[in-house]
Amino acid sequence: MSTASVPLPNWIAYGVIPLLNLLVAFLISGFVVWLIGENPLDALVLLLQGALGSGRGIGFTLFHATSFIFTGLSVAIAIHAGLFNIGSEGQAYIGGLGAALVALALDHYVPWYVTMPFAVIGAAVFGAAWAFIPAWLQAKRGSHVVITTIMFNFIAAALMVYLLVHVLIVPGKMAPETRTFLPGGQLPTLEWVMNLFGSKLEDAPLNVSFLIALVMAFLVWVLIWRTRLGYEMRTLGVSPTAAVYAGIPYARTVIVAMLLSGGLAGMMALNPVMGASARLQVEFVGGAGFVGIAVSLMGRNHPLGIVLAAILFGILYQGGAELSFDMPNITRDMIVVIQGLVILFAGALEYMFRPAFVRIYQTFAKV
Amino acid sequence: MDYFDILISVLGSTIRLSIPLIFTALAGLFSERAGIFDIGLEGKMLVSAFASACIAYLTGSPWIGLAGGIATSVAFSLIHGFASITCRGNQIVSGVAINFFVAGITIVLGQAWFGQGGRTPQLDASGRFSPIVLPGADAMRGVPVIGPIYADVISGNNILTYLAFAAVPISWWILYRTRFGLRLRAVGENPGAVDTAGISVSWLRYRAVICAGILCGFSGTYLAIAQSASFIQNMSAGKGYIALAALIFAKWKPVPVMFACLLFGFLDAFSNFMQGKSVPFVGEVPVQIFQALPYILTCILLAGFIGVANPPKAGGVPYTKER
Repeated sequence: MSTASVPLPNWIAYGVIPLLNLLVAFLISGFVVWLIGENPLDALVLLLQGALGSGRGIGFTLFHATSFIFTGLSVAIAIHAGLFNIGSEGQAYIGGLGAALVALALDHYVPWYVTMPFAVIGAAVFGAAWAFIPAWLQAKRGSHVVITTIMFNFIAAALMVYLLVHVLIVPGKMAPETRTFLPGGQLPTLEWVMNLFGSKLEDAPLNVSFLIALVMAFLVWVLIWRTRLGYEMRTLGVSPTAAVYAGIPYARTVIVAMLLSGGLAGMMALNPVMGASARLQVEFVGGAGFVGIAVSLMGRNHPLGIVLAAILFGILYQGGAELSFDMPNITRDMIVVIQGLVILFAGALEYMFRPAFVRIYQTFAKV
Repeated sequence: MDYFDILISVLGSTIRLSIPLIFTALAGLFSERAGIFDIGLEGKMLVSAFASACIAYLTGSPWIGLAGGIATSVAFSLIHGFASITCRGNQIVSGVAINFFVAGITIVLGQAWFGQGGRTPQLDASGRFSPIVLPGADAMRGVPVIGPIYADVISGNNILTYLAFAAVPISWWILYRTRFGLRLRAVGENPGAVDTAGISVSWLRYRAVICAGILCGFSGTYLAIAQSASFIQNMSAGKGYIALAALIFAKWKPVPVMFACLLFGFLDAFSNFMQGKSVPFVGEVPVQIFQALPYILTCILLAGFIGVANPPKAGGVPYTKER
C-alpha cells in the first residue's frame, strides 16, 4: 500500500527525517573530500576552527549568516503562500540599488542612524518592485512565477551592469562601482557586542544589519502565524482552491506575498553594500539569493529554523574560505557542492526515507 | 567591410551560438512534455561538458568524450527523475540542487585532478570535433550570394552542428508520430488517463528524462570539445536558462524551438558584433540590452501579449497512484 498518506508523529517527521537527510548530504560531501585525496575529518576540524575559532571567524560567519537570513526569509514567505521565488538573487541585486541611492543621497548630511531607516525602506521598496512584475504576471496572467523570476534575475544582472558601467560609475575610474559612502552612509560594525564577550572582530564586517535580520525574522514569524494576512497566505499555500472558496482574494494575496518576499530579499543588500564594502559593486549578491533557497528548505520555512540554517551556512562559507588556505585542493567551490547536496537531500529528496520510517513506525506502533 | 560580409559573419556565429541552445531546449521539450519541469538543464549541460572534456583528454577521442558526456548527463537526469518521479519531490528544487552541485563539483574535481584552476587540459585537434568542409564549398565560394552562405554558414561546422539540426525533425517525429511520443505527451497532460490505460506513468517519465539527459549530453559536449578545446569553469554561463526561455518562447513545440533558439543565438551574436559600435542617431547601444532581450521577450510572451503559452497541464505535479 502507498505510504504517502500515513501520518507520522511530529518528532519523526520534523526531527529525525530532516536530520537524517542533512546527515546524508554531509556524508556525501565528506565522500567528495575523500575522493580528492583529503581527510574529511581533518577538513571538518579546520572548517570549524576557521569559522568559530576566533572573534574574527565568528564575525565573518555571522556576516555571511546575515545575508542568508534575509534571503532565507524571502524564499520562505513565498513558499508559505505556495509560490517559489527563485528571484531573491535579482531582487537583492536591485535592492542594493535602492540602498545605495539612499546612502549616496544622505551620507553627506546625516549620521548613519538617520540614513539607516531610509536605506532599509529603499532596499525593501526596490526589491519589492522587482518582484512586483513576476507577482502581477502570476496573479493576473497565470505566468509561472518560477520562470518569470528566473528571467528577472538575468534582466536584473544586465540592468545593474549597465547602470554601474554607464551611470553610477565614478568618472575617470575603471572599476564599475559607485563612490565609497561616507560614514553617514555606512552601517557600523558590532564591535561592542564582540567586546562584551571579551573577543575582537578585527576586520570582520559583522554589522548592524545582523540585528535588523533578527528583527525581521521575528516579524516574519508574527506575520505568518499571528496575523490574518499570514493565515490567508498559508491557506493559499496549502490549497489555492480552498482559499478562493473561503473568500481569500487570490491575486491580492499572491502579489502581497511576493512583494514581502522581494522586500526581504532587497534588505539583504544592506549587509554587503552598506555594512561591508560601503559601495555598490557588480555581483555583490554573490549567490546569496540562491543560498536562501537552501536555508529556507533546511529551516523548514520557519524563521527560527532559518536563523539556525543561515548560521550553519555562514559557518560553511567562512570555514570553507579558511579551509581552502590550508587544503588548497579543496577550493571554495566545495561550499557550492555542499549547498547543492543540502538542497537535494533536504528539499527534493525529503520524502526519500519516509516510506522506510513509516514501515518501521508501523511495526512498533502496532504493539 | 561591406554589409553582406557582416551578415555572413553574424549568421555564422548565430549558428555556432544556437547549437547548444537547440540541444538543450529539445532536452527540456522531452522532459516538460512528459510533465517533469527541468530547471536542471543548465547543470546537466555543464556536467556533460566537464565529463566529455575529461574523457576526450584521457582517451584522445572526441567520440568517447561524447559518450562519456551523455552518460554523465543521463546519470544526473536519473537523479532528477528519482527525486521527482519516485520520491515525488519538488521538481524545481531538484533542478536547482543539480545546478548547484554541478557548478561546484566540476570546479572541485577539475582543480583536484588537473590543477589548472578548474580548467581541463587543452585538447589537440584530434581530441575535438573539427569543422567539416562540405563538398564543393571552395568551388561555390565564387558564386554571388549563395556561394558565401554555403561556404561560410552552412559548410565548415562540426558534426554536432549538423546533428543538432537533424535532432529537430527527429524529435518532432518521435513526439508526434510514434506511440512513445503520443504517450509521452499524454503523460504530461493527464497522467491519470495514461495510468488507466495500463501504461506505467513512472517508466514513461523516466524514459522522457533519459531522452533529456542524452540531448543535454550533446549540448555540453558541443560546448567543451567542439566549440572550445577544454572545459572552463561555469562555461554554460546561463545557456541552460536561455534554452528554457526558448522552450517556453516556442510554446513547447519542436520546430518553433529551433527558430526560438536561432533567434536567441542571433541576439547573442549580434550583441557581440555591436560591442563598441555606434548606431546612427542612437549612439552606442549598450550590449546589456541584447543580453536581457531573450528574457524580456520570454516574459512578454508568458504574459500572454504574444499569443498564449500553455505549459503541459500536469507539469511539475508528481503523480500519486493512490491515496
